[in-house]
Amino acid sequence: MDFQPTEDQRDLRAGVRDLLAGRYGRDALRASVDSGVSVDRALWRELGEAGFFALRLPESEGGVGLGLPEAVLVFEEAGRALVPGPLVATHLAAGVVPGAAAGTAVVSAFDLGGPLVAHLGDADAVLGASGVPAGEPVRSVDPLTPLHRVAVAGDCSAHREEGALLTAALQLGSALRTVELAVRYAGEREQFGQPIGAFQAVKHLCARMLVRAEVARTAVYAAAVTGDAGEVAAAKLLADEAAVRGARDCLQVHGGMGFTWEADVHLHLKRAWVRSEQWRTAAQAEELLAQELLGSAG
Amino acid sequence: MDLTYTEEEQDFRARLRAWLAKVLPELPAAPSPDDWPGRRAYDLGWQRRLYEAGYAGLHWPVDAGGRGATPTQHLIFLEETERAGAPYVGANFVGLLHAGPTIAAEGTAAQRARWLPPVLRGDEVWCQGFSEPDAGSDLASLRTRAVRDGDDYVITGSKIWTSHAEVADWCELLVRTDPAAPKHRGISWLAMPMDAPGVTVRPLRTLAGSTEFAEMFLDEVRVPVTDRVGAENDGWRVTMVTLSFERGTAFVGEVVACRRTLGELARRAKADGRWDDPVLRRRLGRLYGEFGALWRLTQWNVSEAERSAGGVPGIGGSVFKLAYSHARQELYDTAAEVLGAESLDLEQGWVLDRLSSLSYTIAAGTSQIQRNIVAERILGLPKGR
Ligand SMILES: Cc1cc2nc3c(=O)[nH]c(=O)nc-3n(C[C@H](O)[C@H](O)[C@H](O)COP(=O)(O)OP(=O)(O)OC[C@H]3O[C@@H](n4cnc5c(N)ncnc54)[C@H](O)[C@@H]3O)c2cc1C
Repeated sequence: MDFQPTEDQRDLRAGVRDLLAGRYGRDALRASVDSGVSVDRALWRELGEAGFFALRLPESEGGVGLGLPEAVLVFEEAGRALVPGPLVATHLAAGVVPGAAAGTAVVSAFDLGGPLVAHLGDADAVLGASGVPAGEPVRSVDPLTPLHRVAVAGDCSAHREEGALLTAALQLGSALRTVELAVRYAGEREQFGQPIGAFQAVKHLCARMLVRAEVARTAVYAAAVTGDAGEVAAAKLLADEAAVRGARDCLQVHGGMGFTWEADVHLHLKRAWVRSEQWRTAAQAEELLAQELLGSAG
Repeated sequence: MDLTYTEEEQDFRARLRAWLAKVLPELPAAPSPDDWPGRRAYDLGWQRRLYEAGYAGLHWPVDAGGRGATPTQHLIFLEETERAGAPYVGANFVGLLHAGPTIAAEGTAAQRARWLPPVLRGDEVWCQGFSEPDAGSDLASLRTRAVRDGDDYVITGSKIWTSHAEVADWCELLVRTDPAAPKHRGISWLAMPMDAPGVTVRPLRTLAGSTEFAEMFLDEVRVPVTDRVGAENDGWRVTMVTLSFERGTAFVGEVVACRRTLGELARRAKADGRWDDPVLRRRLGRLYGEFGALWRLTQWNVSEAERSAGGVPGIGGSVFKLAYSHARQELYDTAAEVLGAESLDLEQGWVLDRLSSLSYTIAAGTSQIQRNIVAERILGLPKGR
C-alpha cells in the first residue's frame, strides 16, 4: 500500500497545471467572464490534444490508456483553474460521441436531475438524449455555466458514478484553490497595523478550510482508486462541501472585497453551487451511504 | 496511488487474524471502569500476550526491542485488533504511544535498555506529566522546577490532568531547568518513578464520574540526572517529538471502531423505526462517509510517513485530529438521537462514550491550538494574536 501519487502521477498533475496556467490563467478567465463565452472551441481542442478527454480511452482506440486516479488529478487542476464548459460530460463521451475524445465536439449531459441542461447552446451532443434537444435559456447564477430548460427528459444514470467522481475532483481543485486565495489575501491585507492573517479568527477560518479540503482530497483519491460506489458518494459529498464552504469562507476572509465582481471568489462559489447539483446531490449521496451502512450492519 | 496490500502484508494480516480468533475468547472479562487496579492488570495482561506472540512494539526499531515493522504493518495491526474487538491499549497508552517512541528516538542506549522492554512486556505503566494548573495550552510556560543537587535533580511543583497517574510506575515529566532562559529553552524531559518520595497523586473526578486523571504534587522529588532524556534545556524539542507521536498514530484503531459503532446505530434505528426519519438516516449516512474518508486519511498519512525518513509522524496529524475529534462528537450526538430518552440512562455504554467524546477536542492540544498549528505551520500564516 502506497496511497501517495506516483512519480508519473505527480508529473502529470504538474504538466496539466502548467498547461492551464499558460492557456487559461486569470486573465483568460476574466476575459471569458467579460465576453460571456464559456466554451472556447480552440481551448477545447487544445485540451483534447493534451489528452483531457481521451485520457481513459485505451491506446488501441487512440486514447492515453490511463485510469480514474489520473483523470481525477487532471480534473482537480481544471477545477483549480475554473475552466468552464462541460468537461466531465465530454470526457465521459470520449469513444461514444465522435469528436469528443479529440475535443472537436462539445458534449453536455442530463446531469442536473431535472429539466435544466448546462451548456446546451454550445453542445454538439447531450449524453442521455438523442441529438440536442431544444431549450429555453435560463438566467444562470454562474456567469460561465449557461443553463437551458428543456422539455424532454434524459437519462444518464449509466455514467452517474464516474460523473460524480470527476465532478468531485473539480470541486476539490476549487476548494484547494480557495484555500490558497484566502491565505494569500490574509498575508497581504493589513488592518490594525498587521496582516489580517495574524488574527486568530482569520487563521482559524483558513485552517478549517484546509481540513475540509484535505479530508475531501483523500476521499476523492480513494474513490478513484477503488471505484467503490459508497466511496464515490462520500467523495462527492465531502468535495461539494469543501468547495462550497471553502468559497464562502474565502469570501469572508476577503471582507468587502470578497463581495465584489472583481474578486474571483464568487466565481468559485457559483461554480461550486452548480456542481453540487450535478450527478449526485448531497441528499442522494447521504441516502446511498445510509443504505450501504445498513447493509454493512448486517 | 495504491490501496492494495502486498502478499507479505496480506500474510501478516491473515496470521494476525487467526491469532486473534484464538486468543480473544480466552481473555478474562473486562473489569469495571472504576476498578483501576483491575484495569491495570487487565491492560498489562493483554500487553503480555501481545509480547509473547511477537506483536509488541511492532513498529518500534529493532534495537529498541521492537519488530521493526513498516508503518503499513502497524496500520494493519491496529485495524485488525480493533475489528476483532481486542482490548484497547488502555493504561499502556503513554508508554506505547509516546513515552516509549520518544525514548526510542531520543534516549541513550542505557535508557532504552532500562525502559523500553518493560513497556513492551507489559510490566510497567507510564503516565504523562506535561500540563500544569497554569500551563495548559501554553505548555511552555510550565513552572515545575528541577534544581541540580549533585547527581540528582530536586523537583518541586505540581501537574494536572495526568491520565492513569494512579496506576503508573513512571511519568514522562517536563520540568524547568533554567528559569532565566526564554520559556521554550529552559525545559527538560525527565523520567520520574511514581513511587519516589515526595510524589502525591490526588485523583480528579471527571464529568463521566470516573477518576480518569489526577493532580500530582511534587515536593522535593529526587530524580537522577542520568534519567533525563535528551540534553538539559532541550526538552521542548523532545516534547515536540512526543506530541507528534501522540497526534500521529493514537487514533487509528478508533476510526475503525467508529465505523462499527455506526453500524450498530443503524441496526438499532432500523429495529425501532427511527430509520424511517430521513433527517436521521441521512445524518448517519453522512457520518459513515466521513469516517470512511478519515480511514483513508489515515492511510494517506501512513503512506506519507513511510516515504519520509525517520518515521516521525508529520503535522498532518493535526489535520487528522481536528477532523476526527469533531466527527467523533457528532457521532455520539447522533447516537443520542437514535437512542432518544434511553440516552439518559448511564447504564447504557453509549452515554459514557458520549461524555468521553467531549475530551477529544481538548486533550492532546485543543482544537483552537491545532488550528493555530495548521494555519502557521502548514499554511504559513503569520504568528500573532
Ligand atoms: C481527558 C483528558 C486527559 C488528559 N490527559 C493528560 C495527561 O495525561 N497529561 C497531561 O499532561 N495533560 C493531559 N491533559 C491535559 C490537556 O493536554 C489540556 O487540557 C489541554 O492542553 C488544554 O489545556 P487547559 O486544560 O489548561 O486549557 P486552557 O489552555 O486553559 O484552554 C481553555 C480554553 O482556551 C482556549 N485557548 C487557550 N489558549 C488559546 C490560544 N492561544 N488561542 C485560542 N484559544 C486558546 C482553549 O482552546 C480552550 O478552549 C488531558 C486533558 C483531558 C481533557
